[in-house]
Amino acid sequence: MGGIRMSYEPPITDYDHIVEDCTCAFCGCNCDDLDYLVKDNKVVAVRHACRLGASKIMEDIDQRLLVPMIRGDDGELEETDWDTALDKAAELIAHSIRPVFYGWSETSTECMKEGLELGEYIGAVLDNQATICHGPSLQAMQNAGYPIQTLGEVTNRADMIVYSGSNAMNSHPRHMARYAVFPRGYFRKRGRFDRTVVTMDPKFSDTAKMSDKWIGFEQNGDYGFYNAIRAVLKGKKLHADVISGIPKEDIYELVEQMKSAEFGVLFFGLGLTHTLSKQRNIDIAIKMVMDLNKDSKWGLTPMRGHFNVNGFNIFMAFETGFAFGVDLSRGYARYMLGETNTIDLLTRKEPDVFMVIAADPGAHFPNGANQHLANIPVIQCDIHWGPSTELADVVLPGSFIAVECAGTSYRMDGVPIYMRKAIDKPATCRDDEWIMRELKERVMKLREEPNVAPKYVPNPAAE
Amino acid sequence: MEYILKNGIVYDPANGVNGEKKDVMFKDDIIVDSVSDNAKVIDVTDKIVMPAGVDPHAHVAGPKLVVGRLYRPEDSRRGVTQKTAIERGESGFSIPSCPTTGYRYSRMGYGTVCEAAMPPLEAKHTHEEINTIPNLDIAPLPLFGNNWMVMEYARENRIDDLAAFCAAWMKISKGYGIKIVNPCGSEAWGWGMNVHGYDDSAPYFDVTSRQVVTALAKANEKLNLPHSIHIHPNDLGHPGNTGTTLETLKSIKDIKKSTAPTASKRDQTVHCTHMQFHSYTGTNWKDAGSGAPEVAKFLNHNKYVTGDVGQVTLDETTTMTADAPMEYDLYRLSGLKWANKDIECETAAGLIPCIYSPKNPVNTLQWAVGLELFLSIDDPWQVCLTTDHPNAGPFIRYPRIISWLMSSPRRMEMIENREVHKWAEKRTTLATLDREYDFNDIATITRAAPARIDGYTDRGELTPGCKADIAVYDIKPNEFDPSKNPEEVEKAFSRALYTIKDGQIVVKDGEIVSTKPSHTIWTNVTGLEDEEARIIEEIMPFFRQYYSVKWNNYKVHDHFVPNPIRVDVPIRQ
Repeated sequence: MGGIRMSYEPPITDYDHIVEDCTCAFCGCNCDDLDYLVKDNKVVAVRHACRLGASKIMEDIDQRLLVPMIRGDDGELEETDWDTALDKAAELIAHSIRPVFYGWSETSTECMKEGLELGEYIGAVLDNQATICHGPSLQAMQNAGYPIQTLGEVTNRADMIVYSGSNAMNSHPRHMARYAVFPRGYFRKRGRFDRTVVTMDPKFSDTAKMSDKWIGFEQNGDYGFYNAIRAVLKGKKLHADVISGIPKEDIYELVEQMKSAEFGVLFFGLGLTHTLSKQRNIDIAIKMVMDLNKDSKWGLTPMRGHFNVNGFNIFMAFETGFAFGVDLSRGYARYMLGETNTIDLLTRKEPDVFMVIAADPGAHFPNGANQHLANIPVIQCDIHWGPSTELADVVLPGSFIAVECAGTSYRMDGVPIYMRKAIDKPATCRDDEWIMRELKERVMKLREEPNVAPKYVPNPAAE
Repeated sequence: MEYILKNGIVYDPANGVNGEKKDVMFKDDIIVDSVSDNAKVIDVTDKIVMPAGVDPHAHVAGPKLVVGRLYRPEDSRRGVTQKTAIERGESGFSIPSCPTTGYRYSRMGYGTVCEAAMPPLEAKHTHEEINTIPNLDIAPLPLFGNNWMVMEYARENRIDDLAAFCAAWMKISKGYGIKIVNPCGSEAWGWGMNVHGYDDSAPYFDVTSRQVVTALAKANEKLNLPHSIHIHPNDLGHPGNTGTTLETLKSIKDIKKSTAPTASKRDQTVHCTHMQFHSYTGTNWKDAGSGAPEVAKFLNHNKYVTGDVGQVTLDETTTMTADAPMEYDLYRLSGLKWANKDIECETAAGLIPCIYSPKNPVNTLQWAVGLELFLSIDDPWQVCLTTDHPNAGPFIRYPRIISWLMSSPRRMEMIENREVHKWAEKRTTLATLDREYDFNDIATITRAAPARIDGYTDRGELTPGCKADIAVYDIKPNEFDPSKNPEEVEKAFSRALYTIKDGQIVVKDGEIVSTKPSHTIWTNVTGLEDEEARIIEEIMPFFRQYYSVKWNNYKVHDHFVPNPIRVDVPIRQ
């Protein structure tokens, strides 16, 4: 008979040693309690990771980039040696007019340091996945504010958790399990039973299925719905009977619940950032959380999708003063949303050389942007084949951060974690940090630094 | 390399040198009392020579800096400059980027800054920033005043255990001393509350500020730490808070200072930071007045207390502090964009932009209170120049403050010309204070005193054997009247003629001419390892259950501190 066979894998017993307390290099939870069971310099099993984190490790060798490649005149990628590939990439960067270095969210801050030095030298735009992901959240933060807390605070204090525009069970599988909902916190010793979980999302997602309450407002109804909550918080009476598809009685009830929480947290994701009102959704969510602090104690956190997307924003902020979309082409940092972000640059066909590191624009960018990528030289630094490899002209195989190479990352709540190394990288691969440094040194030999002011000129606005 | 700074007019208060014409010599990275004939001569004839500046309290590196930079691109844009052959591009006004911070301090002739607040859970972030700031030595202070373990030890009066905890946590976070911010209040903020006054308790933990602060003071002295407890008292920014401030300071009076050599540089057992924000009378902002006379009097009669002022500079700036509930209050007042971060088991932080307007009565009161404190505290060794950067103003305003302190006519002009609101004369004694600081006083409050208060043995003075951290300013003090020339004072102290750091010339004629990586100053208590291990073992079940990271990943690894200045402090001396 056919039918579904339950797959059962017996525990792995054939391993040499365990490397404990490793950090997962997938989502923005940066779970640092992973144990890797290692045999013959291979990870044969991983403990405590969710299926996302486990799959990245266990299926790493599938489509792993192992050898530098250059696309020949026939359009095919050909294997080559490191020097040739690095020289080619350096040449492209050194002679570019408008280089863009994109990605960074799945590598370490140590690597970013080298990359930024190169970017500052040659005058590149440095941007990361926030530009297509939580950029609107950063934008809203710049408008409205940023009331957050670390994940441990949520564990210990929160009695009301709201997921909005975020399906944590699918995108951050251990978020509920390790941090927000199930753990027995210091003041929430009954764990799940001491908390109320609400999903505010048009979709009856897996997270909604696990929630005490699902409020399925209409698609694109986020702003109207949050607006109604704010109105009720300010003591107004709702005139419409139904707002964004939700009966007003439900909204009144929800607001009462939120006000009487001891500590509430809103976790939000791309359901807010990428639907009709974009950053205004986050704007109003932030304002709502601020309003709630009058009667209660509330915070929020954007559900960052990569383990170092926040790290790049943090790193760039302390190095240059701006979070992402930082244009260094004139020798000083410029940041203007819509002008200096990658998608806008690509759709305007500005970049003439593109370097993607630890990201997959081929998979994630809108077609208009990728069309331009197809027409310009692209350098890819990554560990896996992907659609970006199909667009790349030079491929530089990196090492797997947090497994084959140690490095620093910043969790979604800004907590820095030093991710340890568990095994050696494949002999033909190189650490991302090394690759960036090599590129930087080679570019410096090929071209004198452009856009250097002959004399320091202070900014009068800063005096 | 040997150098001789020739013929300068030297102000070295730690050595009693007050405007003497003498040479200062240094070899490699330290000051020496003689050099060979090969020494390179730098002619600074008749110009002011002082030790390089020491800032005892500023927020320059750490997680809340990044929140500020991320959410205030308007502030970043304000300070943008183009890169040069030596400098990276700058950005920021009240929250400069890390490279900018180093350059701007360097240009003012500063060499050392104490990073005022470091949350242990995120200490690696503070260190990543320190490593990106050039030309400075930075001593970060880990936060203890709202730490759950600290509150438990304090309530149970387990001073020995508390001391072991502090020693361990300074090692773990690579921190320099014991910082206390709004004790118990930022824990109350975990529930949206605050504490009021010194004898209010944190909810659940049922321990008062008084218990926490006195316990930490005792632990500090038991550990023989170079610096005393560094406290930001409760009720910051509230009218009538003078009482809380004085209660806090009085509570330390009977705590005996360590007699060990490592603690011998300092005289104080408590350093009260940004005293200006803690010196208001009244009951609300309508009847608020200045508590500066009372606070100054207290310091004048009690040598065990030192402070830094936190002078308001009348700029648009960004406030950021671990006193998170206070920031929320400011949000309710001003409606400007507010940021907050609660940090599990340890502390909290808040931010909000602030526009200190000279037309505004409250801001003028704050400005005047700061100056009153400077002018009413008799002994400059007890008071330091700070703006609690960036809270009361950006650190680039230190030279302006110096010019105010040195010029009574300038202060009176600001009051009489209504450059500031009339509350300056109506609500404070400022208009009656005609004292003027001289260069020796300035050298004291910007170098010698902070170094002594922080317990540094290697800086803040031009003693042979100390670091060659030296500043030269383009003023000929023997032919210059600072009282009549405040603009020149501000200009000269903004752009040092020379800044020398560890014997390397980093600034010349007000321009950065070279950069060097920063050092991190941290305290390593020795001889308490068994007690520390026991405390950690005791804490471990709690840590495992209630922190969101693993213990193995919590500490600051050595590579985050590539240039350490480790201060070893033995428990038995």
